[in-house]
Amino acid sequence: MEIPYTVKERPDTGLNNSKLGIWLFLASEVMLFGGLFSAYVFLRLGAPEGAFHEWGKELNVPLATLNTMVLITSSVTMVMSWASLKMNDFKKYKLYMGLTLLCAVIFLIVKYFEYTAKFDHHLYPSTNTFLAIYFTLTGLHGLHIIGGMIVMTYFWLPAGNKMWHSEPEHFANRIEIAGLYWHFVDLVWIFLFPILYLL
Amino acid sequence: MPEPFWRKYIFSQDHKVIGIQYGLTALAFLFFGFCLMMIMRWQLAYPETPVPLIGEFLWENGILLPEVYNSLGAMHGTIMIFLGVVPLAVGAFGNYFVPLQIGTIDMAFPKLNMTSYWSYFVGGVIMVASFFTPEGAARSGWTSYPPLADFEPGQTLWLIGMVFLITSSLLGSINIIVTIVQLRAPGLTWMRLPFFVWTQLVTSFLLVLAFPPLEAAAVLQLMDRVVGTSFFLPSGLVVSGEIISATGGGSPLLWQHLFWFLAHPEVYVLILPAMGIVCEVIANNTRKPIWGYKSLVYAAIFLGFMSFIVWAHHMFMTGMGATMSAFFQTTTMIISIPSVIILTAFFLSLWGGSIRYNTPMLFALAFLPMFGIGGLTGLPLGLAASDISLHDTYYVIGHFHYVVAPGTIFALFAGIYYWFPKMTGRKMNETLGKLHFWPSLIFMNGIFLPMFIQGLAGISRRLWDGGAIYSHAADTLWLNEVMSVSAWLLGLIQFVFIVNFFYSMKKGEKAGRNPWDATTLEWVAPSPPIAHGNFESDIEVHRSAYEYSVPGRKRDFTPQTEPKKSDN
Amino acid sequence: MSGHDNTDIQSHVRTYMMVFGALAILTVLTVGASYLEVTSGESIFIALIIASVKGSLVASYFMHLISERAMIINILLLTIAFFFVLMFLPLMTATDAATIL
Ligand code: HEM
Ligand SMILES: [Cu+2]
Repeated sequence: MEIPYTVKERPDTGLNNSKLGIWLFLASEVMLFGGLFSAYVFLRLGAPEGAFHEWGKELNVPLATLNTMVLITSSVTMVMSWASLKMNDFKKYKLYMGLTLLCAVIFLIVKYFEYTAKFDHHLYPSTNTFLAIYFTLTGLHGLHIIGGMIVMTYFWLPAGNKMWHSEPEHFANRIEIAGLYWHFVDLVWIFLFPILYLL
Repeated sequence: MPEPFWRKYIFSQDHKVIGIQYGLTALAFLFFGFCLMMIMRWQLAYPETPVPLIGEFLWENGILLPEVYNSLGAMHGTIMIFLGVVPLAVGAFGNYFVPLQIGTIDMAFPKLNMTSYWSYFVGGVIMVASFFTPEGAARSGWTSYPPLADFEPGQTLWLIGMVFLITSSLLGSINIIVTIVQLRAPGLTWMRLPFFVWTQLVTSFLLVLAFPPLEAAAVLQLMDRVVGTSFFLPSGLVVSGEIISATGGGSPLLWQHLFWFLAHPEVYVLILPAMGIVCEVIANNTRKPIWGYKSLVYAAIFLGFMSFIVWAHHMFMTGMGATMSAFFQTTTMIISIPSVIILTAFFLSLWGGSIRYNTPMLFALAFLPMFGIGGLTGLPLGLAASDISLHDTYYVIGHFHYVVAPGTIFALFAGIYYWFPKMTGRKMNETLGKLHFWPSLIFMNGIFLPMFIQGLAGISRRLWDGGAIYSHAADTLWLNEVMSVSAWLLGLIQFVFIVNFFYSMKKGEKAGRNPWDATTLEWVAPSPPIAHGNFESDIEVHRSAYEYSVPGRKRDFTPQTEPKKSDN
Repeated sequence: MSGHDNTDIQSHVRTYMMVFGALAILTVLTVGASYLEVTSGESIFIALIIASVKGSLVASYFMHLISERAMIINILLLTIAFFFVLMFLPLMTATDAATIL
């Protein structure tokens, strides 16, 4: 027996199961990062006047700006890969999905250089509360990137071809869901960037 | 192709098997948590005498060590809440009966369901394993307040275990919400849902939105412990006579806020499903429609909403100003209203009913006054003036145990007796059931009523010596023995339940589909319901959840599946 | 999102490209603004405004919230409400305490 509404929408809610599921998951993610943002504000106000700003000057703004652009681009390529499926163009889907993964890799490499530069200057999470929350927030965000990459890689590899050919609509839904998650990760970064690097 | 054993019983994706896995695991943890407490109660009743039977194997001279007492207390609280009651109420009953009560074949995401059980299992294993590490189990209370929790041994495993438990709850509750919203049978509109389903829905929303901040807090505390950050450590903190080496600059209050942002909603996670079960049992055994169904639903939703803005009533002692304290006192008084509405609706439902006093009904009936005592004794704790003297005394322990032990635990027992025939096809034994109920009721009160007296006399909670150092409370200390003996007798009488449980599984009276003449959808399915599918045919719903004794009908109950035209 | 035909999607794609442009410009703007000589309160305000605009663009267009079902919107509104509770009540409690010291 089939569980209803896994692919088709339920008429009265207008949703399929995974769509509702991913949004609930994202709601919980909002609260997860909410807890950490709340900690950031709490610690910032508890620190000596202007200390967070001073400590934050150690960070590399050009690299972070680059990374912001990379993530925004990956969001665009992600949504394009879904749109390509909707236009029945599987080749283009492969291309855009590949680009998204590439962006994700670039992001992590840049992040790696940022982290090691900090460590080289003996700046660790234990150095002050700003760096503590900086490493925690960006680290957790990085884990989200890695999680997204695992899912996207799975859909990009031959497994994706098979799913597309047997159940195109289901596959397009899955890419949409993966996309929602990926945009959310981008969205979190859009807030992390000014909070950590610019203020 | 027959399913291999491990697919059918171990890594099953059928909501019923997963529900039973949750149920058995949670019952085992409840028993384990109870045993920890029985050891503690020995030390409280007979301070510094060797613990009988096990003491000599564990500690020098067999006397419970103070730090071990702290571990037992912290782990009792953690296990009871996160490994016992929530998994039983949501993981077991929610999993098993939500799909049945909404007339569908399974949860929306069966693989996720299996993942959430195994994540819970791993979290539980980590918690139990922490007892056997050289550091021992966590010992900073279930609340894990820093700075203490940043330094005490055992805490790291506790935090890692919590991350697994939180993940499990998140996955499980997302699954329950999607199932209820998306998979309701045709005709089952929102206002036709059994109240139990509503409580599971509200509970799941609480878990989805309140648990993540605690996960964040757990990550921060892990960072403090593992990489030496100072999220929760203020500057200049002195530990054991030395200024700490960490840089400081953090705030212990930050933890309290993030912790109670979860932990207050968590108490509604403990109580709402219990109310849902009680509602089913009461409607069925009074043979009347539940009184005020709609007000129950709105009250539950309002309760869930309010539970997010009361948490700092646990923090009146932290020196918050008058404005915020007034705010939290007000919201706390407001949140008591929906609980009163729910309780009142249940009481009014009894009025004029022809009540069947079977075992599930007895437990459900006992829930009402017990939860009433628990709730009413909470009001003085929600008012800062009285809380300042009652905070962290045994009065608090008495208050919340009335809610969770003779309250929630009794409701869960009601659920087990009520739904056992559906799960196994056999009824539990009534005589043994009553033999389980009456002594349990007496001993529960024997344990928790004296706690109010001791608390008012000024005995603090979390004391290894049970208050012996307080000369002002000396004349209440004899109650310690009363409470402890009640606790052990309560433990003993649970064997009646255990025997009944296993005996009835094999030899109980055969039940058939609908042994209680009930109206809701789970009773349309065979007992036990069909593996991977539940019902023999598609379900269509034609009426509201509790049509009992409708005047003019032939039978005193009308199942939800019965078409309208067959009325009269 | 069933029932899309190709032209529909193509107009979507145009929107995506416009959003992409807007996000890039706003990123440059927010970096630029951080060099302005303003008080820290003002710079926080500017940065958060720009971030919120960018966030809304991503949520509305890439995540299709602009045409999403009422159920999802309501869940998110509830979440946002509790998000703000979580952000501000602890702070208000802390600052309120500071006034009595
Ligand atoms: C039914 C039998 C139970 C008995 C006799 C019992 C007894 C106790 C006692 C004596 C303490 C106080 C320890 C101290 O302050 O030193 C305690 C603490 C606690 N209990 Fe229970 N309990 C029972 C059930 C439960 C249940 C069902 C729950 C939760 C669902 C629960 C949750 C807690 C918590 C959270 C604490 C506080 C732990 C801490 O101090 O951190 N208990 N219990
Ligand atoms: Cu509370």
